[in-house]
Amino acid sequence: MNQSISFFSGFGPKDLWFLPQAAWQTLVISALSISTGTLLGILFGWILSESKIIGAVTLGLVLDAFRSVPLIIQLVLFYNLFNVIGLAINPFWAGVIILAVYTSALVANVARGGIEAVGAPMRRASRSLGMNYLQTIRHIVWPIGLRAVFPSWVGVALGVLKDSALVSVLGHPELLKVARDLITRTQQPLLVLAVAGAFYFALSYPISRYAAHLERKWQS
Amino acid sequence: MNFDYTFHWRPVMRKLPDLLEASLTTLQISVLSMIIGITFGLILAILRMNGPKPLAWIATGWVELARNTPALFQLFFFSFGLGAFGLHLTPYFIVLAGLTFNNAGYLAENFRGGFQAVPETQMRAARSLGMTAWQSYTRIVIPQVFRIVYHPMTNQLVWAVLMSSLAMIVGFRELAGETQALAFKTFRIFEYFAVTALIYYVMVKVILGLSRLIAWRMFRY
Repeated sequence: MNQSISFFSGFGPKDLWFLPQAAWQTLVISALSISTGTLLGILFGWILSESKIIGAVTLGLVLDAFRSVPLIIQLVLFYNLFNVIGLAINPFWAGVIILAVYTSALVANVARGGIEAVGAPMRRASRSLGMNYLQTIRHIVWPIGLRAVFPSWVGVALGVLKDSALVSVLGHPELLKVARDLITRTQQPLLVLAVAGAFYFALSYPISRYAAHLERKWQS
Repeated sequence: MNFDYTFHWRPVMRKLPDLLEASLTTLQISVLSMIIGITFGLILAILRMNGPKPLAWIATGWVELARNTPALFQLFFFSFGLGAFGLHLTPYFIVLAGLTFNNAGYLAENFRGGFQAVPETQMRAARSLGMTAWQSYTRIVIPQVFRIVYHPMTNQLVWAVLMSSLAMIVGFRELAGETQALAFKTFRIFEYFAVTALIYYVMVKVILGLSRLIAWRMFRY
């Protein structure tokens, strides 16, 4: 009698442990790309707000392209570009880099809005107090302008957290990829999807409520 | 780091008509999901604001799920999740249902904001001019709400077009899916996806341009 090896297997407690691990991967990817993307985005937003014409036609156009092309296409495109130029890079770092650039394109828009919301009189006032340009930016424009757009920034960050699910197309085992593999193996779609969805919901929902709360508080 | 890759654009150019046809599918499914999504979004917004309790809870659940989970997760739900109940949708309906679910959730919040932004006194003023409830809704309140939500709605349409690219993963051949199928047949992955990225860019720009034109024409006074 020859033994048959089943491709499918039952759903064991060990399988359930895969999902928190994958959720951690999702969290790491999101945290890395959101933090670097935000720093870059503030820098880009600052450049865009300072150099109206040159900034708009160069940096503005490039960032706009990142916002107008689906993230999944960007991921496949740039992952293959890394291969084309002979740069061996694993899916994790490729995903983080592309997500960070994507985040920076979204944050740049938000940051520019915030920086431009601080009016010229405010800047003139701070210059009259003897602050130089950098001091004005550092102590007046950023604290006021960036705080005003904080709720929108939270919205962008939440979007990226959810979009990090797309890194699965590169084959990195983040939450949704692991969920999909588990479904194929254990044939328990409802349970696995419910757990995976609960993880995303638990990450996203409190933050979105907090942002809505802040927005309401600051409006009144 | 050694550069020994030659670009081959010819296979892509030969398949360009296929890609353009697939981009029409993309537009079609996004617009359809928007139209159904707007209908559901309106219903959800109204239910959340003044529906009976159980229905309001269901509406809230829908909106929060649509907004707090990845769109890809929602597509998976409509493919594997419904499959668990023995309900196997075709890839087209999986994508349509997923996009519609997502659109309706986001639009419901926009509509709710729109309704809340129109002061109640507008309604009372219309009623005291002798309009019926229906007349004051359709002639006074809805036009003002529409003006407020017009911009978020066009943004959502753009998102729907971008989101429809997820169809690639569930195997529906709109622009992204078609690109993937062709790219992995010829292994000219970079070239195919570069051209597709360009097509998406042009589509988004055309949609935004048209919506701006319509807005300029409609909201002139």
